[in-house]
Amino acid sequence: MSLIAITDVHKRFGENEVLKGIDLDIAKGEVIAIIGKSGSGKSTLLRCINGLETIDSGSILVGGVQLSSEEKQLRDLRQKVGMIFQQFNLFPHLSAGRNVMLAQTVVKKTPKAEARKIAEEMLDKVGLAHRFDALPDELSGGQQQRVAIARALAMKPAALLCDEITSALDPELVAEVLQVVRRLAEDGMTLITVTHEMNFAREVCSRVVFMHLGRVHEIGPPAEVFGAPKTPELRQFLGVN
Amino acid sequence: MTYTFNFDWIAQYWPVIVKGILITLELTFVGGVVGILLGILCAFVKLYGAAPLRFVVGAYVELIRNTPFLVQLFFIFFGLPALGVRLGELEAANIAMVVNLGAYACEIIRAGIQATPKGQFEAGVSLAMTRLETFRHVVLVPSLQRIWPALSSQLVIVMLGSAVVSQIAAEDLTYAANFIQSRTFRAFEAYFVSTLIYLVLAIVLRQAMAGLGVLIFPRRSSR
Amino acid sequence: MTDFTLWDIARNLLLALRWTVLLSLVSFVGGGLVGLLILFARIARPRALRVAAKLYIELFQGTPLLMQLFLAFFGFGLFGVSVPAWLAAGIALILWAAAFLGEIWRGCVEAIARGQWEASASLGMSRFEQMRHVILPQALKIAVPPTVGFSVQVVKGTALTSIIGFVELTKAGTIVTNATFQPFTVYGLVALFYFALCWPLSLTSQALERKLNVSHSHY
Ligand SMILES: Nc1ncnc2c1ncn2[C@@H]1O[C@H](COP(=O)(O)OP(=O)(O)OP(=O)(O)O)[C@@H](O)[C@H]1O
Ligand SMILES: [Mg+2]
Repeated sequence: MSLIAITDVHKRFGENEVLKGIDLDIAKGEVIAIIGKSGSGKSTLLRCINGLETIDSGSILVGGVQLSSEEKQLRDLRQKVGMIFQQFNLFPHLSAGRNVMLAQTVVKKTPKAEARKIAEEMLDKVGLAHRFDALPDELSGGQQQRVAIARALAMKPAALLCDEITSALDPELVAEVLQVVRRLAEDGMTLITVTHEMNFAREVCSRVVFMHLGRVHEIGPPAEVFGAPKTPELRQFLGVN
Repeated sequence: MTYTFNFDWIAQYWPVIVKGILITLELTFVGGVVGILLGILCAFVKLYGAAPLRFVVGAYVELIRNTPFLVQLFFIFFGLPALGVRLGELEAANIAMVVNLGAYACEIIRAGIQATPKGQFEAGVSLAMTRLETFRHVVLVPSLQRIWPALSSQLVIVMLGSAVVSQIAAEDLTYAANFIQSRTFRAFEAYFVSTLIYLVLAIVLRQAMAGLGVLIFPRRSSR
Repeated sequence: MTDFTLWDIARNLLLALRWTVLLSLVSFVGGGLVGLLILFARIARPRALRVAAKLYIELFQGTPLLMQLFLAFFGFGLFGVSVPAWLAAGIALILWAAAFLGEIWRGCVEAIARGQWEASASLGMSRFEQMRHVILPQALKIAVPPTVGFSVQVVKGTALTSIIGFVELTKAGTIVTNATFQPFTVYGLVALFYFALCWPLSLTSQALERKLNVSHSHY
């Protein structure tokens, strides 16, 4: 059974139909790259999976549970599916370590000491164990994004959604973040990443989804999608003729 | 509650109310126009004036903003005659409102001007405009446009604050309410009605200022 | 007619100043507490609460404080109770201050970036938890300067209670003037005393504001 099952999902903002029937099944341990032009609906799809946007029709199942707009269920879902944002969105008033601890103690009611241990572990995983007490604005963009990853991991999610998580970074900081994601993939984490890093998609992902005008236009293993694009839209997007 | 409301007096006293409304509007209009001009002048002095002038304007602004309007009014109406300056109640009320709004407008406008990017001024001068021309066209007008909402809010505050001029017997809307309640002993009803009228005046004034803003400033193309 | 020294005048005014200070404190603290309720109603999920809070704010910001004082003062008469001026003054000032503080604080809450709501939501926090742990701590920080700034308005606002007969600084000024026939000196002093109360608050507010801007400039 697939971990995430997306069936015929539609989403519109007013007149603008952004998702026009998305079908996508993602198995546990898969690493998915979503690519596509700006405005094709990539972010919207991720946000729907996390319940940040409500869908108009269709269904999204995570671990066999239907995504609904009911508050309690939504919160349960969000503990299973973490999200990393382009702008990091660390809590500026809390240290890196406290950022990682907060939701554990508040949402999961993990005892402080244990939450702290997990936070240290997770920060270590992203190579920032030594910056536990640093405030977000004392960290570089790359470090902030790694803390954000640690923060999501601390909730022990079954899957992580990443929306262009390196797009706001200076070029020299991109590698350190991608390195962390790469390691997560190797450890078997289920990842769904919207990305413009084609090399990353090629090397790390099990499947690549090309979105176009609110639909899954092409899908397949990277070798196929990049090596033998079938549709003219994808060929144009990739710049091959 | 045993009290029965009685609004019958309106039939007899509405002319008093209308007169009060007109005086409140007159005070607001004069206070608004002259006060904003005074504010522009003071902002200019505070930004570009000589040091002693800047100090004088700074003291004026701080004094006004840190004392109650009512006390300013009393000082002007009751205090100044000691210096040989004798004013009628309407004159005193007008002056107090101009002086009061002038200080607030000065700060609002100064902040607006300071928020204008320096490059704007340099661009104006580089196009061979004089400093004054540049100030007027490139700095002042966009600044005023930017702070127009804040200025409008302040004008509404001053209009509502003008209710206290009744205390020096200037015959504004509050004075009318006082007068009516002393004749009819319908204090609550009289103040209730005048409160509603103030509310309407505040809403209308805000709309009017917004409309005026659209009229005098070039249309914003975006947002 | 007896001669009054400057000290006689100042002493009488200073005695009344205590009431201005006390009323200001009560109004500010009480207004803050009610203002919190207004704030929470203003940003609550149910639309009815939001609309009610907005109406409350519009009403108190759109009418003269003097009228609110009159209505409080005479309003109790409708129920057959006559209240002392200080009580009517306190109640009106608290309700009035609450409207302004509620609105100021709403602005601060809304100034917190959307990403903070989304990030905390994506971690599974409830709306209350988001508010309590993520939004309010940040909003509180930026709320301090304008809140201190508003305390100046409260102090000045208490002057209006003289009109319904509460003997604070301004009323004392009128009483002393009637005894001394020295309005210039008396009202000048009254103004100076208000200034002495308000100016430090204004300066503090401005200093806090600057500090905040500096600490935020490298974002
Ligand atoms: N909250 C919203 N309200 C209205 N329209 C929205 C909203 N969010 C997104 N849209 C619109 O939906 C469309 C798809 O947006 P989306 O952010 O999903 O695109 P994207 O593929 O992520 O693009 P990009 O590569 O630029 O991030 C766009 O036309 C956008 O304007
Ligand atoms: Mg996007």
